[in-house]
Amino acid sequence: MAEIAVAPRAWGGRAGLLAWLQEYGVYASVLALLLFNVVFTPHFLEVANFRTQLIQVAPVVITSLGMALVIGTEGIDLSVGSVMALASAMVVLYLGYGAPVAIVAALIAGAAIGAGGGALVAYVGVQPIVATLALLVGVRGLANVLVPQLTEFRNPTLITLGSRSVLGLPLVVIIAAALTVLIGFLVKRTTLGRQLVAVGGNRAASRLSGLPVRRVLVTVYLISGLLAAVAGVLATSRLQASDPTSLGLLMELSAITAVVVGGTPLTGGRVRVLGTVMGALLIQLLQATLIKHNLPQSWTQMVQAVIILAAVYAARGRRA
Amino acid sequence: MTTTIAGADTSADARRRPGGLRRERIGHLLQHHGALMVLAVTVVVGAVAFDSFATPQNAANIVVSSSFLAIVAIGMTFVIISGGIDLSVGSSFVLAGVLAAYGSRYGLLVALLLPLAVCGAIGLVQGLIVARTGMAPFIVTLAGLLGMRGLMLAVSGEGANTYLVQNDAFSALGQTSILGLTVPVWITLGLVLLGGVLLQRTSFGQNVYAIGGSEEAAVLMGVPVTRVKVVVYLISGSLAGLAGALNAARLSSGVTILGAGMELDVIAAVVIGGTLLTGGAGGLTGTMAGVLLLGVIQSLINQIGVLTSSFQQVVSGAFLALVVVMQRILHRAQRLS
Repeated sequence: MAEIAVAPRAWGGRAGLLAWLQEYGVYASVLALLLFNVVFTPHFLEVANFRTQLIQVAPVVITSLGMALVIGTEGIDLSVGSVMALASAMVVLYLGYGAPVAIVAALIAGAAIGAGGGALVAYVGVQPIVATLALLVGVRGLANVLVPQLTEFRNPTLITLGSRSVLGLPLVVIIAAALTVLIGFLVKRTTLGRQLVAVGGNRAASRLSGLPVRRVLVTVYLISGLLAAVAGVLATSRLQASDPTSLGLLMELSAITAVVVGGTPLTGGRVRVLGTVMGALLIQLLQATLIKHNLPQSWTQMVQAVIILAAVYAARGRRA
Repeated sequence: MTTTIAGADTSADARRRPGGLRRERIGHLLQHHGALMVLAVTVVVGAVAFDSFATPQNAANIVVSSSFLAIVAIGMTFVIISGGIDLSVGSSFVLAGVLAAYGSRYGLLVALLLPLAVCGAIGLVQGLIVARTGMAPFIVTLAGLLGMRGLMLAVSGEGANTYLVQNDAFSALGQTSILGLTVPVWITLGLVLLGGVLLQRTSFGQNVYAIGGSEEAAVLMGVPVTRVKVVVYLISGSLAGLAGALNAARLSSGVTILGAGMELDVIAAVVIGGTLLTGGAGGLTGTMAGVLLLGVIQSLINQIGVLTSSFQQVVSGAFLALVVVMQRILHRAQRLS
C-alpha cells in the first residue's frame, strides 16, 4: 500500500517475483482458490454457499482488523477471544434492560479491557504478549464466572442484528464491510493512523519527534478490544445464546493468522487492512474447500500451518 | 538487562560489596525469588484458613497434578531464556499422549520412544526454521501448534478414537507411587536437577543466557547461535512429548482434548517465576515456584468449594499481571539507583 513504495519492475527476475508475491500473494491465492472451486466444486457458485461463508468469516474479519492495528504498532493482542466471551456474557447479563443497553455494556466492557491491556503496555512497559496473555486467562475466567453455563435467550432486536439481511446481504456481513472501510480510512487518512504506523516502525524516534506514543498505544488496544466485543455481540446475536466457555476460543490465533497471511509484518510499521480481510477469507475459503472435497479437519490445520510459514517466509525480505 | 546475564552472579556481587545496597538487594531478591515468596505466603494463608489444606495428602495431590505442567515448563524456560517462545507445547503434549497410547500395544519402549521421537523431531524442525531463517519464533511455533493439532486429529481419526493404553508396565509408569509420590513426580525432580545443572553449570547454559541477552553480542563472542537455538527447541519439544506420554500413562488413555491451551499456562508459570520474556534472565527455581503457585491456587479454590474453577483463571490472570507489573517497577527502580 502507500507506506512503502515497492517497484517490482525495477528489481526484475527472482527478486521481482518475490516482491510481487509479498504485495499481492494473498490476493492471488484467494483468486486461485476461488477459480479452483468454480471449476472443481459442485454447487459452489450458488448464493447460499457464499452467504454462509461470509457470515462465518465476519467475526474473524472484525477481530482481525483490530489485531492488524495492534500488530502495526509492533504489538500483539492475545485477549481478543476472551473479550468476545466477556462481551457475550455482558449481553446476557444486561438483556433485561433491553438490547441497546446490553450491546452498549458489552462494547464498553471490551473497550475497557482493551484500554487496560494498552495501559499495561504503554505506561507500565509490560510486553504486549504477556500483558494480553494475563487478560486472555483472566477475562475468560471472568466471563465464565459471570455466566457459568450456556444461556439461551430470545430477543427480537438481537435476532435482527444476527440473522436479518438487507438487500440480500446479511447484516453481519454489512457491518464487517463497513468496519473494514472505517479502519482502512483510519489507517490511511487520519492522524492516529499515521501515528500508529510511526510508533510501530520506530518507537524511540516517534517519542523523540513528539508523538503521543502512550496515548496512541492505549487507543489502538482499546480499538482492538472494542472490535473483539463487536464480534462477540454479533456471534451471540446469531446463536441467540451465550457460552463463555467456548465462544471465541482460539480466536486470537485465527486473527493473528489472518493478519500475518495478509502481509502485515509482525515487526510493525505497516498495516494492510484489505490484505487482512483477504487473509481471513483465504483461511475460510481453504477450510470450505477442504470440507467440500471431504478432506478431514486435520488437513485444514496442517495446510494452514504451511500457509502461515510460507506467508511469513515471503515477507521476510521486507525488513532488509 | 545487561546486569543480569546470569542471576547468581549479580547477587554474589551485591553481597561482596561492603555495606551492601540493601534496597538493591531486596529488589533483586523480589525479582528473582518473588514467586517463591508469594508461594510461601499463599501456602501459609491456605494452611491457616483451611484445615484440609496443609495435609500431606493435599500436598501430594498438588505436586502430582503439577508435575506434567512442570516438565513442559522446564523446556519452555530454556526457550524463553534464549529469547524465544514455544507456542507448540500444548499441541505437542496432546499429540504425544495419543501417540503413546497408540504405541503402547507394541510394548513399553515404543509407547515411550514414539512420542519422544515425533515431538522431539518437530521441535528440532521448528528450531532449525527459527535459527536458519530468522523468522519470529512466535509465528513458527504458532504454525507448529496448528500443524501438530492437525497431526493429532489425523492420528486419532479426527479425534473420534481414544486409544487405551494396552501395556501394564507403561500404565504403571504413570500410576505407581514411590514414597508417596508417583513416578512422574520423581522424573520431574530429576529433570529439574538435570536442567538446572545444564543451565547454570555448563557452557551450553551460559550460551543460552548469552543469546537471550544479546544475540548480536553472542555471535561476536563466537557462541554457536544456530546450534544452541536448535537444541533449545529440541529440548522443549522432547519434554512436552515426555510429559504427554507420562500423562497418557497416568490416565491409561490418549485423551484428545486435554492439554489444548496448555502453552499459555506454561508461559504464565515461567513468567510468574521471574524469567523475562525478553530473554537473557531467569531460571528453573522460579519456574517451579510459578508452576506450584498455579497448582496451589487451584487447590485453594477447590477448598473454598462454592467458587467455580473459573475463579482460578481470574486469579491466575491477576497474579500474572501483578508479577509482570512488579517486574517492570523493580526493573525501573534498579536502573534509577
